[in-house]
Amino acid sequence: MTGSLTIRAALVSLLLLAAFLGLWHLGTMGSGPAADMDPEYAKLMGQTATQGTSAMPGPGAVGAQLWHHLADPFYDRGPNDKGIGIQLAFSIARVFAGYLLAVLVALPLGFLIGMSPLMNRALDPYIQILKPISPLAWMPLALYTIKDSAISAIFVIFICSVWPMLVNTAFGVASVRREWLNVARTLEIPPVKRAFTVILPAAAPTILTGMRISIGIAWLVIVAAEMLVGGTGIGYFVWNEWNNLSITNVITAILLIGLVGMVLDQALARLARLVSYPE
Amino acid sequence: MSGPLISIEGIARRYGGPAIFEDLWLGIDRGEFVCVIGHSGCGKTTVLNILAGLDKPSDGVVVVDGKAIDGPALDRAVIFQGHALFPWLTVLGNVAYAVGARHPDWSRAKIRAHALDYIRLVGLTGAEGKRPSELSGGMKQRVGIARALSLEPKMLLMDEPFSALDALTRGTLQDEVRRLCHGTGQTVFMITHDVDEAIYLADRIVLMTNGPGALIAETVVNPLPRDRDRLNVHRHPDYYALRNHLIDFLVTRSRSFKDEIAGLAWDRRHPPAVRPSATPFVHP
Repeated sequence: MTGSLTIRAALVSLLLLAAFLGLWHLGTMGSGPAADMDPEYAKLMGQTATQGTSAMPGPGAVGAQLWHHLADPFYDRGPNDKGIGIQLAFSIARVFAGYLLAVLVALPLGFLIGMSPLMNRALDPYIQILKPISPLAWMPLALYTIKDSAISAIFVIFICSVWPMLVNTAFGVASVRREWLNVARTLEIPPVKRAFTVILPAAAPTILTGMRISIGIAWLVIVAAEMLVGGTGIGYFVWNEWNNLSITNVITAILLIGLVGMVLDQALARLARLVSYPE
Repeated sequence: MSGPLISIEGIARRYGGPAIFEDLWLGIDRGEFVCVIGHSGCGKTTVLNILAGLDKPSDGVVVVDGKAIDGPALDRAVIFQGHALFPWLTVLGNVAYAVGARHPDWSRAKIRAHALDYIRLVGLTGAEGKRPSELSGGMKQRVGIARALSLEPKMLLMDEPFSALDALTRGTLQDEVRRLCHGTGQTVFMITHDVDEAIYLADRIVLMTNGPGALIAETVVNPLPRDRDRLNVHRHPDYYALRNHLIDFLVTRSRSFKDEIAGLAWDRRHPPAVRPSATPFVHP
């Protein structure tokens, strides 16, 4: 029964969550005030030694902070105090900009590589060398040549999301079934129409797989890029809060990064289902 | 119009090594249903691909209606062995795609109506909104037939169209193809492995010897009446003479044919036309 399986799975998920939160709570609640201590010495030692409480916040504290952030996500009180919604919006905007640029480059180029064995062979060594480079390694070069940290972050997103899309598009286009192309040939379909009405729909599921991998990587990379670039964005927020030693805010941000990543992935998964076809 | 509709004139095909076949000559008349029989590797699919324009001969030409062909064209429709439908389109979408390619100037409504006509012709009315993945193998091949016929081609090329189907479905589809092609005087070039299929459908059966260096051994004129009927075809007095002749060829002569003609002056342009019969045939 799928119905009961869903219910049981949900139950197990909830139990795991409860167990995790319970352990977290136990692990951070501390052991109560320590033995008498000279007040001067206690000041030096900090809370962990004197109160027995951990600097690591418990689930309650994180929950309260999360609620605090979500209650007013879009306030702006100067460069170092912006609502978490604004920070996430900056990150998402950068990801979209770099990602769209990558789509614009990767899809046509992937088509070319997929359709032309010559270009496939000629460009293959470059792709093989460029693909494994960590996108952050490009950052200094980007900062030096572009001379704008915001655009450099977008460039880093572009360079990391272009490869999976390029490789998948080329593969999808090159492996369109021979007989479908033969049908198009016997119907005298002109090349441009053939690309859009036969090759594109045939390769679409493979292309979308590449796009889904890319959006995942882009979201991974934006956090690291913003830690380097600074200024705005969820990555900068995490780094800033680490410098403030606000572990509560760091954990809150981690949760939200995961949530946004999931939403982006599911959106692409839904798009992939739209263009997939059973054979 | 004089002369055959299609004239294969001295074509050869080589892939580096020795020719699969060379200096092949064959004429096909308007309205004729021709089946080619031969073992795998004799190059019969290559001949069909050359007729379709999907492959090019290393030598020789194919002339259709007075013009040498140069690549694929809409006047030669192909029914592929593996149906080759687009899985992202519906039945109607697949047929309409072909109709739209044939008649780019037609309105959407006219294309749709024309496509629906041919879907009805192959008995798939009601399934036009389905995707190929929702259809059985036989129904998919019906869509393939509808797509090819909707082009109203000069010539229909079929590459073992029913070999992937079960026997019962194959029989039904053979009936359909007979009805559709003989009724409209469609010219057909069909490849098959199935002797009974050739006997039932063909006006003329072309026998190809084994490759490499395959050649047309003879063309067999089907002695059965044109309005033959699947259930009674085996009762015709000439049936077994024809069937035995074909099977003899496939079993032994296709292999040893080169010895058979060794030393004879063999005219590749005019392979003998044979008409198997229960009563010994006397050349006039």
